[in-house]
Amino acid sequence: MEMTKGLVAILLTAILTQNFVLSKFLGICPFLGVSKKLNTAVGMSAAVIFVMALSTAVTYPINLFLESKDLAYLQTIVFILVIAALVQLVEIILKKYIPALYSALGIYLPLITTNCAVLGVVILNVDNGYGFAQSMFNSVGAGLGFMLAMVMFAGVRERMESCDIPKFMRGLPITLVAASLVSVSFLGFTGIVENIFG
Amino acid sequence: MAEKKSLFKEFSKGIVIENPVLRLVLGTCPTLATTTSVRSALGMGLAASIVLVCSNIVISALRKVIPSKVRIPAYIVVIAAFVTIVQMLVKAFTPELDEQLGVYLPLIVVNCIILGRAEAFAGKNPVLASAVDGLGMGVGFTAALFLMGTVREVLGAGSFLGMSIPVLSQNPMLIFILPPGGFFVFGMLMACVNRLAEHRGKPRAELRGCEACPMAATCKLHSEETPAEPQEKEATA
Repeated sequence: MEMTKGLVAILLTAILTQNFVLSKFLGICPFLGVSKKLNTAVGMSAAVIFVMALSTAVTYPINLFLESKDLAYLQTIVFILVIAALVQLVEIILKKYIPALYSALGIYLPLITTNCAVLGVVILNVDNGYGFAQSMFNSVGAGLGFMLAMVMFAGVRERMESCDIPKFMRGLPITLVAASLVSVSFLGFTGIVENIFG
Repeated sequence: MAEKKSLFKEFSKGIVIENPVLRLVLGTCPTLATTTSVRSALGMGLAASIVLVCSNIVISALRKVIPSKVRIPAYIVVIAAFVTIVQMLVKAFTPELDEQLGVYLPLIVVNCIILGRAEAFAGKNPVLASAVDGLGMGVGFTAALFLMGTVREVLGAGSFLGMSIPVLSQNPMLIFILPPGGFFVFGMLMACVNRLAEHRGKPRAELRGCEACPMAATCKLHSEETPAEPQEKEATA
């Protein structure tokens, strides 16, 4: 019971209070770049959740091996290579065996290789000393949080299309200010997880 | 003499005309995340600059050896090696900075500026020019981070480099060092820079998303989105 409580707390923290995009600033490039349309936003974030969970599952045993051999300083270089190779592999497998999924997620996969959110979640899992279950929950939570932020922001941006914006704020500046307001709304979740799970 | 002049041009373009953060809109993650104080902003800028210069030198020295098909993974390995070195140095000599930067220090590996420069410049140009280009871009990146860090620390904590400022430190506006403040200050900074650029007849800085992304060549999203762009521009105009 205590264990599941801890896992749910990790999941909720990753989605709400420590949202990857809005409070940790990881994965800002896709957040600002791919959030123009709702369906691209959903597709991208689904691919991110998938890759995050998969790379956590793969890097966890690798990290155990590195630590047992006293090679922990190789983490960065090994993780980025493993993630890059993994994404390529997944792309090839999906293309061959599950073309339907490939046509939905495939185009986003290469983008994700150099996405700081994926490497970030893997490194954070190690830094926090999470076990396997905790790591998986944290990764899925981070991915879901990414999706929540993307979908919300895509909605905000669709409305902004028809707004009359002062000339000097048009384009990127107003997008960033809108992101700031979405981020303020997430500040409202501060403390909620601690209050529920004490 | 002509060569010296062009080297200076490579150096100076990164600081103002092609400032990686304010003009090319690259490396937004560290820009937003590590500018809560001037100290961590400078630390991040310096660490990234060191990696940028070193990796530019090595990549440009190896440019004829690396086959173009596997160049991106090769670049990533070189960059990751230098990031690991910097990470170890920071941990050994300035542990407090390591604590402030946290996960963002290893994440220099995926900083688009570094991979972007490797792809756009170092992979095609001689060693000296690449080193100078990396130095210029690094200085530009550090300057932009310093600017953001100053605004956020002065307004949000009422201090500068940890020294408290008399009136401001009484009632600091905490929101500026919280995440929303990061987005807001960056948005305002972009608005100012765009305004200045327009005055000089230069194009506004836009999030070029795909074009600026070093993965553009291998990415299918890029080719799909490009035809859609002109329609959107018409709609906003």
